Amino acid sequence: MKCRKCGGTAVLELRRHNAAFCAPDFLDFFRNQVREAVRKYRMLDKDEHVLVAVSGGKDSLALWDVLLDEGYRTTGLYLDLGIFDYSVESRRKCEEFAAGRGVPLIVASVAEEVGGPVPVIKEVTRRPPCSGCGLSKRYLMNRVALDRGIGVVATGHNLDDEAATLFGSIAHWQTDALARQSPALPSTHAKLVRRVKPLYRLSELETSAYAFLRRIDYIVEECPFAKGATSIAHKEILNRMEDASPGAKHNFLFGFLEKGRAAFERAEAVELRECARCGQVTTGTICAFCKLADQVKRTL
Amino acid sequence: MKVILRNPRREIEVAGGRRVKDVLRELHILPETVLVIRGDELITADQVVRDGDTIELRPVMSGGAR
Repeated sequence: MKCRKCGGTAVLELRRHNAAFCAPDFLDFFRNQVREAVRKYRMLDKDEHVLVAVSGGKDSLALWDVLLDEGYRTTGLYLDLGIFDYSVESRRKCEEFAAGRGVPLIVASVAEEVGGPVPVIKEVTRRPPCSGCGLSKRYLMNRVALDRGIGVVATGHNLDDEAATLFGSIAHWQTDALARQSPALPSTHAKLVRRVKPLYRLSELETSAYAFLRRIDYIVEECPFAKGATSIAHKEILNRMEDASPGAKHNFLFGFLEKGRAAFERAEAVELRECARCGQVTTGTICAFCKLADQVKRTL
Repeated sequence: MKVILRNPRREIEVAGGRRVKDVLRELHILPETVLVIRGDELITADQVVRDGDTIELRPVMSGGAR
């Protein structure tokens, strides 16, 4: 297979683009997709400080790498979830990445903030572990950014993540979630920082290939709690659609963003207020994070 | 030829002398769900792998609380 741009030997085929690329031309393609994402949604100003949420996996470290390459001023944020050896190893990957590039990394511990690590949260709440984990991540990302005076958090969500989230929201007709799903979430309250997903145009295959070709040492092992997660089941369904019809995932997500999302956004305006306990933003009196922390502390 | 699979890491032997896409089909793996790594390079599904080769099929999917 030949590279579409230079005719050299290709290292990666992208069926949805009916193309294949050699390593240098794929890296160019990847950076161009990130630039286009940033441009289209006005995600980042060239001189602003960006908090990059990193997990040690391919997506977030690829994101940090490409943002550094593009000249952004970044600080990494690693949230220690306390998930056994997986967290030890993923934290080490982030620390080594940061040290290798001479960039700052903040480490925050979910156990210290919530009262227990993710495995304990799972036992206490008797809900899927991804539920309490995702809630804690979103809360802590926002709070750390606010505390440091950083106005935007960038996360490594890719096209597959976004398509799977969309699939799940439609499967249950969660119109509030559909209204919120976007590659760039603006600040709708003084205590909410912007959240952006510069990799939303790139598939998991592409972020993995980028990380590999850039020799980024990322954690290949999956989170032990991800097994059986609904998001994985949705990705498998979408991958079968993609195999039968290349571009299916792209069309599903991009069609929603371009044609469908606005209708849900109009219907779902909510009133935001500050949590009576911690002062962070919520739609109720006490935010979901404080309720989770209360539940954990009551049980332990 | 040797095939390294991940999550959990394990090794299996399959027949070489055919294209990567044929190996993937035998293992019921969709081509876009793995990186195919030979040595320190990525290879495409139309490449022929030989009996003495070792390839790693590294999954690209991640999930859970993203």
